[in-house]
Amino acid sequence: MIAPALQFNRVVKTFRRARVLDGVDLSIAAGERVALIGSNGAGKTTLIRCLLGEYVHSGQIRVHGLSPRQHRATVLTRVGFVPQLPPPLKMSVGQLVRFSAALCDAAPRDIYAVAERLGLDAARLATRLFVQLSGGMKQKLLIAIALGRRADLLILDEPAANLDPEARKTFFELLGERLGHATMLISSHRIDEVSALVGRVVEMDMGRIVLDDVVADAVALNSVVDCRVRVKRVEAAFAAALSEWNFSGDTSGLDWTGEVSGADRLRFLGVIARYTALIDDFSLTERKL
Amino acid sequence: MKSLCLSAGLDALTSLRARWFQIYTLIFGGIVALFFLFGLTESRILGFIGLSRLLVTYIQLTIAIMPIFVLITTVRSVAGEREAGIYEYLLALPVSLAGWYWGKTLGRYVVIFAPVFLAMLGAVGWASLQGIEVPWNIFGYYTALLAVMAACFLGIGMLISALARSTDMAQGIAFVVWLGFLLFLDLILLGVMIQGKIAPETAVLMALTNPLQVFRTAALSLFDPQLIVLGPSAYVILDTFGATGYRVFALLYPLALGLVSALCGYLVFRRGDLP
Repeated sequence: MIAPALQFNRVVKTFRRARVLDGVDLSIAAGERVALIGSNGAGKTTLIRCLLGEYVHSGQIRVHGLSPRQHRATVLTRVGFVPQLPPPLKMSVGQLVRFSAALCDAAPRDIYAVAERLGLDAARLATRLFVQLSGGMKQKLLIAIALGRRADLLILDEPAANLDPEARKTFFELLGERLGHATMLISSHRIDEVSALVGRVVEMDMGRIVLDDVVADAVALNSVVDCRVRVKRVEAAFAAALSEWNFSGDTSGLDWTGEVSGADRLRFLGVIARYTALIDDFSLTERKL
Repeated sequence: MKSLCLSAGLDALTSLRARWFQIYTLIFGGIVALFFLFGLTESRILGFIGLSRLLVTYIQLTIAIMPIFVLITTVRSVAGEREAGIYEYLLALPVSLAGWYWGKTLGRYVVIFAPVFLAMLGAVGWASLQGIEVPWNIFGYYTALLAVMAACFLGIGMLISALARSTDMAQGIAFVVWLGFLLFLDLILLGVMIQGKIAPETAVLMALTNPLQVFRTAALSLFDPQLIVLGPSAYVILDTFGATGYRVFALLYPLALGLVSALCGYLVFRRGDLP
């Protein structure tokens, strides 16, 4: 029998008297993509911190059979982590990349290459302080550090929240390239943000797992959906919203075409739904790859 | 070893950019510059003139400023980083806890010792250029004393940072610790002794366990080897250690205190929640 990539056995974490994790049992096989969802305070971040060996807890956590606390370096070498909020690091972009790369036995150029694909010229920003970057730029850099090395366990906490649609598309492609090689645990408080990325959903509430279900989604992570929208009248707000998704309109401003990452279509539909009364015609066609 | 070197380098580089470091450097560089500017090297006190006079005054001021500066800036930045989520991210990288903690301590040590030492070195360099005689024995001992003082209060600062769960709490504890050392300097102890509330031996023992007092007495001992200004306490100190023995004690005891504090801090850090 193959040992699971991640194993949580009766994990309990208490802060003073508050029981934040209340006996979590969870097993994730190698290569699985799991969404960890739940409202604020459900225990997602605490579970991730326990998994990263940052919190002491009772119960047992094993990553490929090893304790992340006792075998920190071995376990964390395999982990690519993107936090929900970029930390206020007072170091330059170059220092952060060099520091991370040196610890992870990775090449800085690989990290810069991933950042470049996400639309961030990190090499040019090497002397800029990390804290001075915009929210989106910070997120891209942290994703580049997580994906620019040979990590086979990706722990992503709301990873695409600050990304623009183009960067999200690239991000999904990057995750798609890791399918089968990496186990992914993607945390979010909304299922629609991550449903297309995962094959399984684990919902937490009050420190317990309350749902563990399979997601039936046939769209591949690297798929692309061609989209056409026709509106009844020209509307500046709608035009601005579609421009953010890199859509182009015809001269009349009524017909719009563009492409959306397959994994991002639910989010795109959420944007379109805000203008339902304006829509005259709408189509989504998955491109044959 | 890789973790230690990387963490030390990162902390040193980050500190160099911090506002506290700029102020810290400005203070110690400024003190020396002002001493030269206002002709301190030409004044005379207790028979001391020239660079000896400057070094004596400099070490007295450093003893007053450095401990609180090191304590507050260390706990503010170390506990502050943890509070801001920096630990959550950086400790998710494969860095060993020992490498991280001791690297951070080492990087910070270099950053807090360098400006104090360089200011003194600058004074020596300038004095040499001006043809003023350099008292190398005083310079050597004061350098060692400053190095040990930095290690002592850095170690205490690291322990406080590991114990306190918030920046406010850490700053509060650091201030109370410094105040405690300050309250038990010789004058307060002398007052308590005069009132007959404690035995003289106890008062001297308390003075000898207070690193601030140890530094003050050691700094005095170079230009007042009989420690006449200390009064009867001098007999206890000199009878117990001897003049040279005390100067060695003044280096070893605070160093041990700093190292033991830092080690306790590491054990607390390693055992508990990291972020």
